[in-house]
Amino acid sequence: MLPHYFNHLFVTGIDIYIADVLIILTSLGIVSVLTYFKKWKWLWREWLTTVDHKKIGIMYILAAFAMFFRGGMDGLMMRTQLAVPNNHFLSAQHYDEVFTTHGTIMILFMAMPMLIGLINVAMPLQIGARDVAFPYLNAISFWTFFFGAMLFNLSFVIGGSPDAGWTSYVPLAGPHFNPGPGENYYLFGLNLAGLGTLASGINFLVTVIRMRAPGMTLMRMPMFVWSTLITSILIIFAFPVLTVALSLLTFDRLFGSHIFSMTHGGMPMMWVNLFWIWGHPEVYIVILPAFGILSEIIGTFSGKKLFGYPAMVGSQITIAFLSFVVWVHHFFTMGAGAAVNSFFGVSTMLIAIPTGVKVFNWLFTMYKGKIRFNTPMLWALAFIPTFVVGGMTGVMLAIAPADYQYHNSYFLIAHFHYMLIGGTVFGVFAGLYYWWPKMFGMKLNERLGRWHFWTFMISFNLTFLPMYLVGLMGMTRRMYTYPPGLGWSHLNMLETIGAFGQGISMTFMLINIVWSFKYAERDVTGDAWDGRALEWSTTSPAPEYNFAHVPVVYSRDAFWDMKYSKNKEKYQVKEKPYRPIHMPNNSGRPFLMGFAFFISFFGFVFEWYLVGGIGLAAVFYLMFQRSFEYNTDHYISVEEIEHTEAVTGRS
Amino acid sequence: MTTHSDVHATQDTAIAPGQPINHEKFPWKHIVGYVLSLVLTFAALGLVLSSALPLTAVIVSIVILAVLQLLVQLFLFMHLTERHGSATHILTLSFAFFVAITVVAGSAWIMTFRSSVA
Repeated sequence: MLPHYFNHLFVTGIDIYIADVLIILTSLGIVSVLTYFKKWKWLWREWLTTVDHKKIGIMYILAAFAMFFRGGMDGLMMRTQLAVPNNHFLSAQHYDEVFTTHGTIMILFMAMPMLIGLINVAMPLQIGARDVAFPYLNAISFWTFFFGAMLFNLSFVIGGSPDAGWTSYVPLAGPHFNPGPGENYYLFGLNLAGLGTLASGINFLVTVIRMRAPGMTLMRMPMFVWSTLITSILIIFAFPVLTVALSLLTFDRLFGSHIFSMTHGGMPMMWVNLFWIWGHPEVYIVILPAFGILSEIIGTFSGKKLFGYPAMVGSQITIAFLSFVVWVHHFFTMGAGAAVNSFFGVSTMLIAIPTGVKVFNWLFTMYKGKIRFNTPMLWALAFIPTFVVGGMTGVMLAIAPADYQYHNSYFLIAHFHYMLIGGTVFGVFAGLYYWWPKMFGMKLNERLGRWHFWTFMISFNLTFLPMYLVGLMGMTRRMYTYPPGLGWSHLNMLETIGAFGQGISMTFMLINIVWSFKYAERDVTGDAWDGRALEWSTTSPAPEYNFAHVPVVYSRDAFWDMKYSKNKEKYQVKEKPYRPIHMPNNSGRPFLMGFAFFISFFGFVFEWYLVGGIGLAAVFYLMFQRSFEYNTDHYISVEEIEHTEAVTGRS
Repeated sequence: MTTHSDVHATQDTAIAPGQPINHEKFPWKHIVGYVLSLVLTFAALGLVLSSALPLTAVIVSIVILAVLQLLVQLFLFMHLTERHGSATHILTLSFAFFVAITVVAGSAWIMTFRSSVA
């Protein structure tokens, strides 16, 4: 017998048909452009099979931008629905689906891959390495993330979107109240992407520990590398909890177990507990790399070394510890009792201390510095006050008795958007403008960059500042419409105007990217911003092998000392004859493995166990094949290195 | 850990061209570890499914099996006894125990609210 939802496999509705048509047109467009310009082989050879950390980083960022667009459209749909009272632009069901996909996509498929992309691009260059520790695994990470994200997005047109919120709380997300395939998409999509993230965490940890250039002790690492190290540790310890929680809920939904059910001894609150044991470290996973980016940029654009380096390191380690002992603050209202709530309230407030240390260190780095107001620095400067506003309201939310009032109100929504946009997204934009020359060999246009910055900054505050107010006035999250006369209407209209402002602002960035690719001056120095760390010591974009000679490090801000130190000869890379460079081979297997996972998990979403089994068998076959592959690496010859270095004017 | 060819992708001092990559002999340690971890997993599952033992006994036995599983993983797969370079793994391992204890004890403490509600 076929499952009941088989009859309506393809979702109906006017917006879905528009989406169907757009998806088909876009796919046809991509296929025909690739065919017309005969680029299929190029795509396969240069990108789909690559194990180069820089290219994988760029693919992460591209995929994250696509997801940013999707998540942003969801946000605009929500704001359109809430612009006026008693609106019927979306139905309640449709609204539920939209806020679920908005949250899930923005956190797991936008913020995380954007940061993992930037880590991939910059971190190995900053430590003077030629790739990450496990380049092949890095490709597997990317493709499992990519196909996980695609599987999740497929729910929009085939089967129906999940609709139980990004937190997917049971019993609402359980099989009894939510029989359709939407929640299965959530479980399998996240589990697949989570696999890749976990592998990334291990990969980055080993890279930072084992692959640093000679002389780069831990306390000489750039701050972004430190934040990568701490983030990797958080990923390694937090993501297994998510994997377990998702798998247990999958058992409940697919195989009829009663782990989180209301009956037969199930514990629904255990899902909430497990979800936030992962969920709280997760918010530090998406903010710590942004802190790292900020530390790099503020140092560079103030022309000073980072103030209080050891305190910065210590505060990040403290944050890592504390992030594992605060998770109950997401569900104080569960009613676990005064002792539990007090403990977790106090531990949450403690996090403000190391975070405050970081803020003051950034301010003191700028103090008496010669500040250059380039676009990356603008984003970094906006980050600080925005993040402080978000952080202070976070401390308010940590007061357990008061949280009974704030809980699930728009006050909370405003708080976490200040953290995730004002923190993570501003940090990501800063990092993109900063490392753009390293990725593509030219700066983005400053004028368009300033337009992007100011319109986004203003619209962002216009959207989310009123949310604090409507939250205090009693508007709760996830309500799909509201009656007039509550005093919310004008503020909601302002928020909607702000949201569309952010949408328009992003087109400035898009125009900037296109313009810069066509017209911007190419950076031939490799050191576009007068940088301090090693990534600026090689060409832009860096060659496949990153450094012809592995640099030797004698100090923090290694590249700065090579350029400006009194006895700079001591710091500079000694000219030696080139030696062949050992590099990993490209492989198509990670892509195929991701695709096999996709087929398998698509089968499991609809409980077609045959499809699921065949897909998994393919995954295992590919793993087996890898175990017997001995031809995994090659040497770049001295002639080729000489040629590459000569072309970029460095021989 | 340097038996996998992925690892030494980069330092030019790592391996000279033409030098054969050292492959270990047959990985008995991994095979034994793999079989043991499967046996321990299915033993736990069997105990729960068969419901031959009283509840407390089942819980105690699966906790014991879990600790054995942990030891198998640490000693047979995670090279706990091998060392070169700094003692990073000790720090990481301590953090792992910190997280494990926090998660288990914390969850147990938080979920005690059920008895007070009931």
